Amino acid sequence: MPLISLTQKDLLGIEDLTPEEIKLILDTAEMLKEISRREIKKVPTLRGKTIVTFFFESSTRTRTSFDIAAKRLSADTFSLTGSSSSLTKGETLLDTARNLEAMNPDLIIIRHPASGAPHFVAERIKPGVINAGDGMHEHPTQALLDMLTVRDRFGRLDGLKLAIVGDLFHSRVARSNIMGFTKMGARVTVAGPPSLIPPFIQYLGAEVAPTMEEAISGADVIMMLRVQNERLQGAFFPSVREYAVFYGLDRKKLALAKENALVMHPGPINRGVEISPDVADGPQSVILDQVTNGVAVRMAVLLLLIGGRAGEKAN
Amino acid sequence: MKRLIEHGRVIDPASRTDDFLDILIEDGRIAAMAAPGAFETLKRDAQVSTISAQGCIVCPGLVDMHVHLREPGEEYKETIATGTKAAAAGGFTAVACMANTRPVNDNQSVTEYILEKARREAVAAVYPVAAMTVGLKGTQLTEMGELSRLGVKAVSDDGHPVADALIMRRAMEYAGRFGLTVISHCETTSLSKTGTMHEGWVSTKLGLGGIPAAAEEIMIAREASLAELTGVPIHIAHVSTAGSVEIIRRAKEKGIPITAETAPHYFSLTHRAVTGYNTLAKMNPPLRTSADVAAIKQGLHDNVIDAIATDHAPHSILEKDLEFNAAANGIIGLETALSLTLTLVQTGVLDLSQALAKLTCNPAGILKIPAGRLVVGGSADITIFQPDQPVVVDVQKFASKSRNSPFDGWKLQGQVIMTVFRGQTTYSA
Repeated sequence: MPLISLTQKDLLGIEDLTPEEIKLILDTAEMLKEISRREIKKVPTLRGKTIVTFFFESSTRTRTSFDIAAKRLSADTFSLTGSSSSLTKGETLLDTARNLEAMNPDLIIIRHPASGAPHFVAERIKPGVINAGDGMHEHPTQALLDMLTVRDRFGRLDGLKLAIVGDLFHSRVARSNIMGFTKMGARVTVAGPPSLIPPFIQYLGAEVAPTMEEAISGADVIMMLRVQNERLQGAFFPSVREYAVFYGLDRKKLALAKENALVMHPGPINRGVEISPDVADGPQSVILDQVTNGVAVRMAVLLLLIGGRAGEKAN
Repeated sequence: MKRLIEHGRVIDPASRTDDFLDILIEDGRIAAMAAPGAFETLKRDAQVSTISAQGCIVCPGLVDMHVHLREPGEEYKETIATGTKAAAAGGFTAVACMANTRPVNDNQSVTEYILEKARREAVAAVYPVAAMTVGLKGTQLTEMGELSRLGVKAVSDDGHPVADALIMRRAMEYAGRFGLTVISHCETTSLSKTGTMHEGWVSTKLGLGGIPAAAEEIMIAREASLAELTGVPIHIAHVSTAGSVEIIRRAKEKGIPITAETAPHYFSLTHRAVTGYNTLAKMNPPLRTSADVAAIKQGLHDNVIDAIATDHAPHSILEKDLEFNAAANGIIGLETALSLTLTLVQTGVLDLSQALAKLTCNPAGILKIPAGRLVVGGSADITIFQPDQPVVVDVQKFASKSRNSPFDGWKLQGQVIMTVFRGQTTYSA
């Protein structure tokens, strides 16, 4: 029996989703893509609904993507930013969330530098909460849009080989994708400088390859992660130059993957560090498709969480 | 007024006593201990009030060598009055309180303040542990000689481990001159730096920075080497890892003067308890793996770990009802320690006398304080408990000002029936 809606109040992580629920979100997103290609890119489905984005970390893509998604469904959106430095005291986070709640929004979308912060808020307020990235924990809508992008190209996720390369330690994108892709039957191999591989990452379902070459050999999908070089250089690896030699994706390394392998990156990319410009802009790159799909996936999630009987309304 | 505790099974690990004895209390002291019925003639004299310990264990008042009473400075979390009430409710008659108050207990006036407050308000003996370095900053030694004259028995920079090995060496040498016990919270902070929980699969899954077991073990190894070098005994606070147990075991086998304590949570919970970002499972050292828990139990069994201390760390919701990274470390423990320790007896890890030794004469011996034993002529500090009585932990009923216990709702066995301190009842169920 296929699912027709999500029963939970919040979307906090891929960890909480069943494969059926992931499929439902991806199918719904697939259906909603068409709206973004129309002349008038708007449907009235979420008219009268209020959605607040509440970001404690800078973000271009995710925030804009959620905003566009909400507007294409006719929801009213409001933004709040909190500088994380003035929010080291959590009662402020909770107080702010409660103040927001008092204005009766239907959904609050939170990004926060502390792992678990959206969970903390979700437990304590009535409106639904979407995790738009929490610390080093999860970024569920990113994983969903990545899965949608891969499924678009291959028609399936089951049986594919995904390689994730780079700074896995600090990456919520990696954690959500490892859980998501393995739930959908893909095999995930990770590689990166040992100082940036989280201990016991295999407990999430990933295999750890000793070298990047080994991880991407025969891969259907290569997902490169951003290196925050200003923070990591010196402490985690010797230099950006050396990083690029061992963990940067260039044409030569790309040739180890399957011929039609996809190259992905959650952005923003450091050209010439984790990915060479010719690969980033090359025919195998789906980096911009990821961004396009981000809107569709976020529309789907909004709809399934607060749109009532979802699938039907969208038509 | 004389008091008589009768019909109880008296266990005094220090004297290897485990027998049915009646205890006569007079003027706050133990006047006599004798076979049941020995005081029948006295009982007819109306001057004696009797306490029935039928079906109960009677033991020395428990000693907790590691608590935080928060006074002065954080009285909204706990005070000397409420903290010792919690102690009494948990069967304790003596506590050693750590120096991380506000201001820090690194000088005579703060120590005197604590002692004076305790004299007026405490319902248990309070032994202030003074800071080893000024401001817990790890650079300048405190006036340990003067502090010891005030009655300080131990020094520690608990929570702020002395990173500089040379300062630690000198602190130990200097403390040794005054017979002060040196207590070390072992954490290599340059390694634990960004961590908020044990480094393992749970931390990776939750995306929380990890504190590897090695952060604790490296410093325990250092302290053992310094104890060997200086000949000054070192006491290791709240041991939490299997590797730590092994290092201490080897040091003891080598004859190095080293003792150790663990806390009930390190043999009762694992890092899984953090799942869901449960800040009541956030402590330092962090909760470890099930293999570590097994090793801690083995270490207790083998007497590698000498004492059980609670690290009672009261916090209000202001510090705990937060996102995990921002929440404070620590849980309260005084009112659950005995029943959690008894789980080790129920599961055959320890026998009852051994378990009680770790809560009485062993910590008292490490601190060199007159407590933790039943001696005729000594202070009548006595705990009476029913070891099999089922209890459901209810934090709302705690005497402590704080509620931060991860054991709320736990079904345990063992109920304190009465706590007697200097002959007076300080708790009665």
